[in-house]
Amino acid sequence: MRSKALTLSGWGRTQHAAMTAWRPERAPELDATLGAASGSAIARGAGRSYGDAAVLDGGDAILTTRLDRLLSFDAQSGEVVCEPGVTFRDLIDAFVPRGFMPPASPGTAFATVGGAVAADVHGKNHDRHGSFGDAVRWIDLLTADGCTRRISAADDPALLAATIGGMGLTGIARRIAFTMLPGASPMVRVRERAVRDLDEHLAGLVEARARSTFSVGWVDALATGSRLGSGILETAEFAPDERIRPAPQPRTVPIDMPGFVLNGLTVRAFNTLYGARVTTTGRDVARRFDVFLYPLDAVHDWNRIYGRRGFHQFQCVIPDAEAPHAIRAMLEQIARSRRASFLAVLKTLGREGRGLLSFPMPGVTLALDFPRRPGTEDLVGSLNRIAADHGGRVYLAKDSLLTRDLFDAMYPRAGEFREIVAGIDPEGRFKSDLARRLGLKAGRRQ
Amino acid sequence: MSECWLVLGASSAIARAFARVAAAAGDDVILAGRDAADLAIAATDVTLRGPGQAQAIAFDARDHGSHEGIAVRAETLAAGKPLSVFLAFGTMPTQAEIDTDWAIAWTTLDSNLVGAVSILQRLAPILEARKAGRVVAIGSVAGDRGRLKNYVYGAAKAGLATYLQGLRARLFRAGVPVTTVKPGFVDTAMTWGLPGLFLVASPETVARACYAAARKGKEEIYVPFFWRGIMTIIRNIPERIFKKLSI
Repeated sequence: MRSKALTLSGWGRTQHAAMTAWRPERAPELDATLGAASGSAIARGAGRSYGDAAVLDGGDAILTTRLDRLLSFDAQSGEVVCEPGVTFRDLIDAFVPRGFMPPASPGTAFATVGGAVAADVHGKNHDRHGSFGDAVRWIDLLTADGCTRRISAADDPALLAATIGGMGLTGIARRIAFTMLPGASPMVRVRERAVRDLDEHLAGLVEARARSTFSVGWVDALATGSRLGSGILETAEFAPDERIRPAPQPRTVPIDMPGFVLNGLTVRAFNTLYGARVTTTGRDVARRFDVFLYPLDAVHDWNRIYGRRGFHQFQCVIPDAEAPHAIRAMLEQIARSRRASFLAVLKTLGREGRGLLSFPMPGVTLALDFPRRPGTEDLVGSLNRIAADHGGRVYLAKDSLLTRDLFDAMYPRAGEFREIVAGIDPEGRFKSDLARRLGLKAGRRQ
Repeated sequence: MSECWLVLGASSAIARAFARVAAAAGDDVILAGRDAADLAIAATDVTLRGPGQAQAIAFDARDHGSHEGIAVRAETLAAGKPLSVFLAFGTMPTQAEIDTDWAIAWTTLDSNLVGAVSILQRLAPILEARKAGRVVAIGSVAGDRGRLKNYVYGAAKAGLATYLQGLRARLFRAGVPVTTVKPGFVDTAMTWGLPGLFLVASPETVARACYAAARKGKEEIYVPFFWRGIMTIIRNIPERIFKKLSI
């Protein structure tokens, strides 16, 4: 088997790692791949985590993109078994016409099921259905000793808890069994309503918790003063009777845009136009389910809009009680910094995940991008601090700047996680730059 | 009207992608190859994605004696639908490996050319008799000119292209189109990690182009299309100059 020297980065393209990349085409080749990889390795799916979760400078990358077979589907229980490289696009295309949807879906359909387990991803239906890990029944996990073990809540719950949300540090999932949700249809009816300030925005989201299957808020991150937190609140329900619209043609960003394209003016203009579509009385629109779930997928390689320097995405969750205060403080600081950013996303989350490092908790999550410029790291650093001070958490799938101290404060079960992975992988066979940064793995392998 | 594709060498990346494309268009597929375990998984995958159905059968391009039986079996499995053939098997050892060992040279010729002729000769009478279906075979731009770096593989693919020209003329008389596909560099296990590649196409891109060309009954396509221009230039370099080039 041949390897390929690749320079890999996260979706934010802020850090670049020189890696030896392996790409098995058939599931049994995984064992040989792990044997051939000489140093530490990390599995990498679609490369849609933003920071350093799927890179390891000087290490090996095991690409799972070609291990993308659907292995079984039970129309009674909704159980799907698949290989780790199956994408959300695959799941949507194969199962939505049969009335089933992924239990949780991240913001892009390009993400893989392996990545969804590793990051315990959540979606716009988190309040009602939980995160992806909640739907996992079992995982066939290739571990550092070269063995494959089936882990589930009954067999090895500790390793399952370390694997769900474990950022790929326990091994490589070769088969994943999870439950799809019934009641899906290809079209949804979306209720869009303009909200004038943060209080109205949060109140709308909290109200949607019990009432709506899907909910998400888009915040104009440049708005200040009495308009702080204003934006558009979207809730959605399946619309089985709606005529199915054809899939839109995706556009691409063919080049890295120069840095000056994104500035306060262009972003303000975009946000104003986006906000002007909707009034406070609201409107109902029919939309394809996939277009609703993955609006950014309309533009392939949209990360190139941020140019060569890349961008940081910040996403945190703040417990309900602290959320209004903390999110106001964050939005004020962001607006003051005048760092151009597209729309920010505001959402409620329903419950803790099953993983030791799962991101979700009952609370409100805020996510937004910052083009990487001098000082951006400081801004994100201080937002991280605000999140920690209010008992919140930063999402590891987005992060590349969290310090170990803050991480330990945010993730109270990190110690338990370190113990379990030290036991299953004492040499540190599986490692990432994120694991190095946060001190998640011991072991002498580089 | 939907048809049934016999996909030969079905574990290859292009064939895998092609099977999904065909099934998505409503065609059935018969996945034929050596790795039975992999093909069983692939057949389930394709059927789950659907709406076409897939099944797997054992096929070894180098076991010429078995090909008669494969052809008959494929006709049975097509169950009355037009039987079409997608031929995607082949191996590409490096020229250096080939030059050190005659056995490897022979394997290259056998798996890329002799095996292809063997199975297609067995299938041709069936397609002729049914006056339906089509043939799509994966050739290579490497067959357009003998090059220092790849001439045994190139010779096999050149032979295949010539064979397909004749087969095209024969099956034309039965209304069965034969399409020769000449991909440039494709991002497969065969090319992963090889130095000096450029303009590498994804297997999905190639598969979609193959399916579209088959449906239109095209004679010969380059994928991506610009390889026709590149190969026109390469074919027209005078031999006395070309022999000095290390490409």
